[in-house]
Amino acid sequence: MKNSLTIFAFFVLGIILGVYQWLPDTLITGDWSTYVLYALLFLIGITIGGDKNTISMVKQMNYKIFLVPIGVILGTLGGAYALSLFYGGLSSKEILAVSAGFGWYSLSSVFISQLHSETLGVVALMSNVIREIITLLATPLFVKYFGKLAGISSGGATSMDTTLPIITRYSGKEFALISIFSGIALTAIVPFLVTFILEF
Amino acid sequence: MEIVLVIMVVGIGLGVLLKKHPKIIKTAEYLTNWAIYLLLFLLGVSVGLNDDIIKNFENIGLQAALISVTSIIGSIFLGWFIYTFLFKNKT
Repeated sequence: MKNSLTIFAFFVLGIILGVYQWLPDTLITGDWSTYVLYALLFLIGITIGGDKNTISMVKQMNYKIFLVPIGVILGTLGGAYALSLFYGGLSSKEILAVSAGFGWYSLSSVFISQLHSETLGVVALMSNVIREIITLLATPLFVKYFGKLAGISSGGATSMDTTLPIITRYSGKEFALISIFSGIALTAIVPFLVTFILEF
Repeated sequence: MEIVLVIMVVGIGLGVLLKKHPKIIKTAEYLTNWAIYLLLFLLGVSVGLNDDIIKNFENIGLQAALISVTSIIGSIFLGWFIYTFLFKNKT
């Protein structure tokens, strides 16, 4: 949570400096975010590959553990696609790309603003933040009515860190591993899926 | 954007090789945080410079909320199905 606040502080600081244009020109005209984004992807790759738990976790569990993130992917894209049938404000491609952040607002927003537009990047930022907040607030209810995978499903990529405590509390410790696994799997897939959706 | 795939796969491969050096992995995690702060700062700057976004903020918020709610409903529904048939009474 402290991390999320820091992220927001940086974002808001950027907006303020941007609105009043208190910035050196190179920051406005240069292509800085592309290079930082590449560095970020590389670093995230290292942390995913270097995570000791990932492989041993897969060995312990059977095929069922894979169905959890697959369910989140298909459920999320299905729900978002259903929205695109009723709502004309954005194209179905745009709606699907935003939903494919699975709650990971920091990466998906930057990614989408690079690949598509800044406006959609901001939609992605807000949408994925909202997903995390709803999960934090409503997991007790979700678990009560829709079973012990509900918090993990709602949390998406956040189920490995920010929403893990609330999920573990309401679904039980035996779901903590599943929650972490699902979060890692979704985190790994976000960059690929968002790129795929926007480019095809 | 094939470069995205290449960079990420190289990173994951390197991470697997560096598994026995937790200090390097920790450093990567630390740098990840700073890269994210910097990127969100830069995104904030572009947003601040972009009048369309500032003017359309309400509309953007509505779109964002609609997408998160439908995404959550879809995931929970499918998760409920998976739970009922594969996890309930079995874990």
